[in-house]
Amino acid sequence: MSQQQIDRAISKEYAAGFTTNIESDTLPPGLNEDVIRFISQRKDEPEWLLEWRLEAYRDWLQMREPSWAHVNYPPVRFNEISYFSSPKALKDRPKSLDEVDPELIETYNKLGIPLHEQEALAGVAVDAVFDSVSVTTTFREKLAEAGVIFCSISEAVKEYPDLVRKYLGSVVPRKDNFYAALNSAVYSDGSFVYIPKGVRCPMELSTYFRINEQNTGQFERTLIIADEGSHVSYLEGCTAPMRDENQLHAAVVELVALDGAEIKYSTVQNWYPGDAEGKGGIYNFVTKRGVAHRDAKISWTQVETGSAITWKYPSCILRGDNSVGEFYSVALTNNAQQADTGTKMIHLGKNTRSTIISKGISAGKSSNAYRGLVRMSPRAEGARNYTQCDSLLIGDQCAAHTFPYIESRNPSAVVEHEATTSKVSDDQLYLCQQRGLDAEKAVSMIVNGFCKEVFRELPMEFAMEAGKLLEVSLEGSVG
Amino acid sequence: MLKIDNLHARVDDKDILKGLNLAIKPGEVHAIMGPNGSGKSTLGHVLAGRPGYAVTAGSATLLGQDILDMETEERAHLGLFLAYQYPVEIPGVSNMEFLKASVDAVREARGQEAISSVDFMKQARECCKTVDLDQSFLKRGVNEGFSGGEKKRNELMQMMLLEPKLCIMDETDSGLDIDALQVVANGVNAMRNAERSFILVTHYQRLLNYIEPDYVHVLAGGRIIKSGDKSLALELEEKGYAWLEDAA
Ligand SMILES: Nc1ncnc2c1ncn2[C@@H]1O[C@H](COP(=O)(O)OP(=O)(O)OP(=O)(O)O)[C@@H](O)[C@H]1O
Ligand SMILES: [Mg+2]
Repeated sequence: MSQQQIDRAISKEYAAGFTTNIESDTLPPGLNEDVIRFISQRKDEPEWLLEWRLEAYRDWLQMREPSWAHVNYPPVRFNEISYFSSPKALKDRPKSLDEVDPELIETYNKLGIPLHEQEALAGVAVDAVFDSVSVTTTFREKLAEAGVIFCSISEAVKEYPDLVRKYLGSVVPRKDNFYAALNSAVYSDGSFVYIPKGVRCPMELSTYFRINEQNTGQFERTLIIADEGSHVSYLEGCTAPMRDENQLHAAVVELVALDGAEIKYSTVQNWYPGDAEGKGGIYNFVTKRGVAHRDAKISWTQVETGSAITWKYPSCILRGDNSVGEFYSVALTNNAQQADTGTKMIHLGKNTRSTIISKGISAGKSSNAYRGLVRMSPRAEGARNYTQCDSLLIGDQCAAHTFPYIESRNPSAVVEHEATTSKVSDDQLYLCQQRGLDAEKAVSMIVNGFCKEVFRELPMEFAMEAGKLLEVSLEGSVG
Repeated sequence: MLKIDNLHARVDDKDILKGLNLAIKPGEVHAIMGPNGSGKSTLGHVLAGRPGYAVTAGSATLLGQDILDMETEERAHLGLFLAYQYPVEIPGVSNMEFLKASVDAVREARGQEAISSVDFMKQARECCKTVDLDQSFLKRGVNEGFSGGEKKRNELMQMMLLEPKLCIMDETDSGLDIDALQVVANGVNAMRNAERSFILVTHYQRLLNYIEPDYVHVLAGGRIIKSGDKSLALELEEKGYAWLEDAA
């Protein structure tokens, strides 16, 4: 953005009776239409997008925060949040890892994260950016060769406006829910992916490599379009706990799998869970949904270990005949964490199939709920769903809940549901310890065994890390 | 090797061991017999360090070290192994994975070099053969869906891989068919050496035909009420326990 543009944006704000501290480059807390205009202008967005945001905002004003989830938290004060801040200047960031919270570094070390990555994760000001610059470049070249577009959504708005305009909000409408509306109004940035017809993306796409990764902020927006017959695997997140000062996170992810396309979306979510009482942890209120057209397939795999509160239901709308939806989930809660997570499988097309494998692990005083909806529409001739929902309890102060909703309006559709609840028993721990394992290692081994069906679905390197991540997240859960 | 003095222990406020004495030298095999509920398994658990088992008096040392204050896993590192009367299942964790993790932990604690996955696989396959379990058992969940006899053979396999100093085998012979009994006995005999001792808890003197014990003890009412050599087992087979209990 040029100085001129900035000046223009700012003076416009003044004209609108809006004041901001020019130097800080961060908006004061509060949300109104002027804030949205400011964000849109700072991002140099076209008029249609500004209008789109404003409409979302007006809808949001009419909406109420959902209260049906099995979670408890003090009300979020939306007027105390600042909705725009540009990336921290290099000079304001920690100069080296020595200036970063030692506990965070300790965790990185336990996870075996290389030093330069630690620096990036902790937001250390490394000039001439770290080693992976060259990696990133070769990565981008390879993608360009295949015709794959992978960039920030802000960039996409400028470079590929037609695609963005056609699909943004097409899967998760602005009014879909309270947080989706808020995200639509104020989203900061996120990823955009387009895979052309018939192309098999030559590598796994990872947010890690995305330019502009810094400060995508609390309202992330992701849009992935897989054109006919194409294939892509996308990895979101990172096993290392991300430092973030924003408590509220409300992301929206939209997937579009056109005829015969396949999207595999894997997430490892490890936001700060707060202290043992849950204080200071992230509220993670996410809307993720994909539409699968004819013969298409959408597969969600998630490993959720972080955040004080998780509210998340990656869903599939199986619109086309023979389309397939999958949801593989591990959600682990420890200490005072609360998770209400699951999926929705909406079967619209004929012979659509869906599989849900959910593994909930609760330790400490945490609460872990699976909430899932399987809907068979009248048109969903021959559709099938299989749901398996397992809970594992560690200790006797935690809780697990299961809320399966099944709506079948087609007599030929088959819905199968299996659920189990088990405990890591004292006898199992005793056996492990008698064989020389310490209690923590024993628990993590048992938990890993419990999660195996889901880990199998993760890309290789993620699966290894996920196991380790569980181990770290479970620390202090026994003994 | 093992020295137990006047051991008293309780479970859930119930006194079970009431002044038990036992001394075992390296290389010896001791059989413990006794009526149901007399405290044989309890003895194994107290020595192994099962949570909830409280020692109220007495002492126990293994290789000269007081084990009663040690963590369960520390006793295992020192060389204590308990083959369970009722092995538990750990669904989802493969036998292989479990064995490797155990061996790694024990070797590390003993200051031994880590064993490579390849070498370990080889050893594990060998052990499978020795205990007559199909290799596919290595891939199955720990004891998950194993038959009674298979579980016992799996215990023996773990014992072989962990190279313990003191092996406590709690009714490993119960539930074994005749061939399996021979297999287990062969396994144990192969492990016998001058530095390794065994406690065999059993109800049947038949096992002792295959594994020749140095001593036979009768545990009743939480105490060892009679000790003898192999011939005591034969006598018990004939007369039962009543005559001893009356005398005690
Ligand atoms: N948790 C417990 N609470 C109360 N009593 C217990 C508990 N565990 C064991 N006992 C009792 O302790 C006594 C000794 O049990 P133990 O299992 O040691 O007997 P055992 O000699 O091994 O018998 P068996 O030959 O039948 O295996 C039994 O009377 C048993 O009921
Ligand atoms: Mg017993």
